[in-house]
Amino acid sequence: MSVKNKETIAAETEADMRQPEEASRRLEVLKTYKIFIGGKFPRTESGRYYVAQDEAGHKLANVCLSSRKDFREAVVAARTAFGDWGSRAAFNRGQILYRIAEMLEGRKLQFIDELVKQGAGQAAAGQEVEQSIDRLIYYAGWCDKFQQLFSSVNPVATSHFNFSVPEPTGVVSILAPQDSALLGLVSVIAPVIAGGNTCVVLGSYSKPLSAVTFAEVLSTSDVPGGVVNILTGKMEELAPYFADHMDVNALVYCGDDMEMKKLLQQKAALNLKRVVFYDHVDWMSANGQSPYLIADSQEIKTTWHPIENIGGAKAGY
Amino acid sequence: MEKNNTLKLKFESARKYAPAPESRSAAKINAQYELFINGRFEKPLSGKYFDTINPATEEKLSQVAEANDADVDRAVKAARNAYENVWRDMPGAERGKYIFRIARMIQERARELAVIETLNGGKPIRESRDFDIPVVANHFFYYAGWADKLEYAFPNRRPQPLGVAAQIIPWNFPLMMAAWKIAPAIATGNTVVLKPAETTPLTALKLAEIIQESGLPPGVVNIITGAGATGSALVNHPDVNKIAFTGSTEVGKHIQRAIGGTAKRTTLELGGKAANIIFDDAPIDQAVEGVINGIFFNQGHVCCAGSRLYVQESVLGEVIRKLKDRLETLIVGDPMDKNTDIGAINSRQQLENINKYLDIGRAEGAEMYQPDIELPGKGFFCKPTIFTNVAQSNRISQEEIFGPVLTIQSFRTDDEVIEKANNSPYGLSAGVWTDKGSKIFNLTTKLRAGVVWANTYNQFDPTSPFGGYKESGYGREGGLHGLNAYVKF
Repeated sequence: MSVKNKETIAAETEADMRQPEEASRRLEVLKTYKIFIGGKFPRTESGRYYVAQDEAGHKLANVCLSSRKDFREAVVAARTAFGDWGSRAAFNRGQILYRIAEMLEGRKLQFIDELVKQGAGQAAAGQEVEQSIDRLIYYAGWCDKFQQLFSSVNPVATSHFNFSVPEPTGVVSILAPQDSALLGLVSVIAPVIAGGNTCVVLGSYSKPLSAVTFAEVLSTSDVPGGVVNILTGKMEELAPYFADHMDVNALVYCGDDMEMKKLLQQKAALNLKRVVFYDHVDWMSANGQSPYLIADSQEIKTTWHPIENIGGAKAGY
Repeated sequence: MEKNNTLKLKFESARKYAPAPESRSAAKINAQYELFINGRFEKPLSGKYFDTINPATEEKLSQVAEANDADVDRAVKAARNAYENVWRDMPGAERGKYIFRIARMIQERARELAVIETLNGGKPIRESRDFDIPVVANHFFYYAGWADKLEYAFPNRRPQPLGVAAQIIPWNFPLMMAAWKIAPAIATGNTVVLKPAETTPLTALKLAEIIQESGLPPGVVNIITGAGATGSALVNHPDVNKIAFTGSTEVGKHIQRAIGGTAKRTTLELGGKAANIIFDDAPIDQAVEGVINGIFFNQGHVCCAGSRLYVQESVLGEVIRKLKDRLETLIVGDPMDKNTDIGAINSRQQLENINKYLDIGRAEGAEMYQPDIELPGKGFFCKPTIFTNVAQSNRISQEEIFGPVLTIQSFRTDDEVIEKANNSPYGLSAGVWTDKGSKIFNLTTKLRAGVVWANTYNQFDPTSPFGGYKESGYGREGGLHGLNAYVKF
């Protein structure tokens, strides 16, 4: 099936009137937009697709309409990847996040092009891509620092050494912002993986190109397969599964639909997922990034260890 | 045949402890208690009262008011009014001084509170006197000092109170849970409606007297009594901003569903099924003592109780033998006796629940062991129990029993025991016993639990955050991290 973007439609219209010698012009190779599970790019197992369109109604691409089974396979991939990713050195995670930024920088023009196709102005698209790169750098730096910020050594009254540290909560399902196709997506993925979690993300329905192309960036960035899994499809269809899957530890929802929030909270109660809502966040602003966003998918673990009390040690030496 | 070097004390024949009962006269219990709303003790609009008993004797101690929807509404209105007109805008230093004063008054009345805690809840007087009540006072004292220092807790942010906090607490540590809830909430500028558990309301009502006497502005803390319906009315009240709940995972899930679609915030501290792990290089006698404390402390009515014991195969026989010997020496009986190790089960309902699990365990093929001791003729009592020959899939090793019941399984390797310990929907706490430091930190890092004790168990401190992973709930109580539950930015 042929996929037409604005340029190809224009090109075809032009082709109807073209001169015979122009018929030998090279045919553009179109990209198949697929989903990203366990480091691979399968099509949805359901075989379903939808046609993503720009604001003028022109076809952008055939996009995977992911199913519940795709989501479940993505959770298996995320859970498998968690053991490795969550226990990697924080410094190593920082380097890999930095590497994502490098890869994104290298493909800036492609992202700008896709954002423009999805309706952004040229200047705004440029800003969004640059902000996305900088956001990854921001969180790359936090990977080995937030622990110190959120840890404590606790002065207990008994003879114990007692300390509290943050640890990743596990697998996080993320319903990414619908309107901020790239920056919003990056802004919710980065703090989750910076903290050692793995995730399954549903990209924007109406602007899905950026999410799929970002998956290609991830796949060339030393991010182990399964750490980030990206699906495209309908939020109304998939959200209940994102919320009630028993092997997901936390849920992020970026939206302000009160009915959706109610449904998510109720479904998430099945295994007491941590539920985080980011509504009305302007991802372009300074509020769109913070170590406290990393803390949203962290657990605090407290460890107690006895300290030997030797009778004569009170003298003070 | 294993060599038995243990010198076994024969308590039943050679020696007996003489009774050493604490005096009831230290406690003044009214015949009837009202609801504490807006600084006054108010008769319930429901007009109803229910009995509260001593589970060790089944005697009625008092009767307390049962708050209905209208009573809950009155309490929430009082809290809202105090929040908006007094407490929210009071300088932190002044708020702190009220809380310091409450801590001091609890210390002054510690003996009375300990006696009432034991009479109403059934826990040994030794525990309420040496553990519960000191922790209560310390918790208020600790959070009092935070009231004017909150900006230091959240770098680069401005913490604000949430508003009215609805707090629902369980019956296993009645006053301690009240302290864990009230102290951080009011230190951060919130006001409170607290509902103690149906079976153990008396120390919370004594705390209400102390709060009244302390001069805390009316409505900052309201304490209302009742059962599930009262708690439900409180959770569903539209003018509540925050729910803090400690109790069963089942009710915790109900609460999360109930607040769906509202702006209410929650923290939940729920059930547990903690693994307590003994490696072959552990100091075995010390570990056995820790296991006993881990499961029989407070009759096993402890959400973080070490109820699943994992013993490395090479020392399994020795550990089981020493545990059985130690079981024989535990004194089960009158909670008011200072020698008592295991007091009364909190209620008839809970005793029936524990007995149900003893039946399930035997039906599943596990071997049950109980010491040969006499239980008192009246009241609710349960012998300390251990199950051997237990499978990971058995209900007694998967489900929270909340009683003096320990399951024992063996393991060979570190990886195996980590896998087994984490194979639970719960993740509140865990224990590790080994002499090797690097092994301790391997284990404590990999166990998915909020509190991990290494070569110790059941330690608590106001400065130390407490709370669970997974289905043991979310949010922390205690320490710097405990402030998070009561602020927004």
